[in-house]
Amino acid sequence: MNLNNLKGLNKELHLEFSDKRIPTRKGYGDMLVELGKTNKDIMVLCADLTESTQVHMFRDAYPKQFVEMGVAEQNLITIAGGLAHVGKIPFISSYAMFCPGRCWEQVRTIAGYNESNIKVIGAHSGISVGPDGATHQALEDIATMRVIPGMVVIVPVDYEQTRQATKAIAAHKGPCYMRFAREKTPVITTPKTPFEIGKAQLIKDGDDIALIGAGPFFYECLQAAMKLQEEGINALVLNLHTIKPIDKDAIVSAAKKCGCVVTVEEHQVMGGLGSAVAEVLGEHYPTPMRFIGIQDRYGESGPPDDLIKHFKCSTDDIIKAAEELMKRK
Amino acid sequence: MILTLHKIYKPSLNLSSWVRILLKKITDIKELKLMANTIRQDIIKMLAEAKSGHTAGALGMADMFTGLFFNAMDLDPKNVDWEGRDYFVLSNGHICAVLYAAMANAGYFPREELMTFRKLGSRLQGHPHRKMLPGLETTSGPLGCGLSQAAGMAYAFKHDKKPNKVFCFLGDGELQEGNIWEGMMFAAKHKLDNLICAVDRNYIQIDGNTEDVMPLDPYDKKCQAFNWNTITIDGNDMKEIVETFKKAKENKGKPLMIIARTVACKGICDIEGDCGWHGKPPTPEEAVDMLKELQQTRKTLEAKK
Repeated sequence: MNLNNLKGLNKELHLEFSDKRIPTRKGYGDMLVELGKTNKDIMVLCADLTESTQVHMFRDAYPKQFVEMGVAEQNLITIAGGLAHVGKIPFISSYAMFCPGRCWEQVRTIAGYNESNIKVIGAHSGISVGPDGATHQALEDIATMRVIPGMVVIVPVDYEQTRQATKAIAAHKGPCYMRFAREKTPVITTPKTPFEIGKAQLIKDGDDIALIGAGPFFYECLQAAMKLQEEGINALVLNLHTIKPIDKDAIVSAAKKCGCVVTVEEHQVMGGLGSAVAEVLGEHYPTPMRFIGIQDRYGESGPPDDLIKHFKCSTDDIIKAAEELMKRK
Repeated sequence: MILTLHKIYKPSLNLSSWVRILLKKITDIKELKLMANTIRQDIIKMLAEAKSGHTAGALGMADMFTGLFFNAMDLDPKNVDWEGRDYFVLSNGHICAVLYAAMANAGYFPREELMTFRKLGSRLQGHPHRKMLPGLETTSGPLGCGLSQAAGMAYAFKHDKKPNKVFCFLGDGELQEGNIWEGMMFAAKHKLDNLICAVDRNYIQIDGNTEDVMPLDPYDKKCQAFNWNTITIDGNDMKEIVETFKKAKENKGKPLMIIARTVACKGICDIEGDCGWHGKPPTPEEAVDMLKELQQTRKTLEAKK
């Protein structure tokens, strides 16, 4: 499937479709090393998952700015609270299931309510974590983070966007949450692709059906758009990399153009990206919707590709939802 | 408030930061006791006015707060962001009536404002919120999180080779939180001897005696096993408090845990040690009697040489 043949691609985004696949988390690790060169306030904390969260490169480059916390997620966020209070910019890295999963109250009070300049990084989110199974597959973190007032929530689409998002949250003063998946993800953005917190990216224009997604699953949206195009259906595809603050204008505009919306996320459909979109549309432009994601159940062990099909989040599932939804217009 | 020029700190290009106007330290034990009495009276008035709040811990820790704010710490209440200050974290935020009373008497904000405690629009939230009241170093209330935040600050000061001390007051009930022990391991690993914690060891928590609810003793030995220095003191004896903080500022090699044996509700004879007063305010009638008792204590104290 050659995504370069998609019609209505946004040239201003300088996208490139190739076979290149890199885990998003590596973009985080690489950008931290770049930032550490000049920004000595950045401190990276990790709870015994240094290599998995890709902060080992930062640890090796700037050992004095790295703090190993051991297996103690509540301490991870509370120590970061102290560091942030005296001017440091702590990036705290763990699996999303454990931070912010285990230490939600501390994230809410110390990062959120306290308006601390803490960057919470949740790796290995979603079912694509694969064989480790449901205990390690965070499917609730977008919901639990976006309900915290003042918390920025970002789900970058690929390696390059993660690099840029890491730079952006370092510059943003205030609490931020950024989530990654584990697997290698197709790279579609380039260093020339602009990134701004809170500004969704219209990847492909269209007027039949709007596909809105974020993170590694977003590639399924593009593949679905390509197949729909072959059926003569012109899909709009919106990369909602920032779940909060949400880009209302981009969402309402997409709904107005297309009249129906499918959301796609590697997360519970309750409270996640789809819910955030529905909140916007319910208030500003009620539109028929379908929600692709995890339907109120836990994940399980298996190869990532099989799990995506098993949980009905594949390209074909998106197409089916889009076709059904278009009949309701 | 008497202010004095008494310390030169870290010259910088800005002339105004060459000399700090610090809070005058009270060194006389009798004067400190009188200040603790003032703070206790303020606490009673605040709680009665608010019709809610936490009496036991606030009264029990009045002597420790007095010793810390008026004798031990280097503070500039008129310039709360002064980089050379000692930092104070209250971990058990629910006893904040005593913190607010100490801060008001130290000149952070007008004493009249104490009567807004827990009311709509007040900067004096039911549990302290850093973003609302300048001078607070953190937000607290959910238990067990202060020690690690204080340790984070102490770590940053060591990292940056800065001389600041970080003080943290804890309740004993909250020592049952896992986050506390995680923080203790961290502080010991990094030999944070600039971190001085003090636990309000009054043996009461909401559901009863700490040793019945979830035993903590031998708490000093547990701290020592976690590689902390410990000192056990009478947390209602002003002379001992002042001497302990003086020693604490010279603490070396390990973080320090001061185990302050206090009496809940200290200063009000009828209710001293009663865990029923953890989260209860005095009624207006009770407050009148309590204030009478505290005023009598003050007279006796003033009459002493």
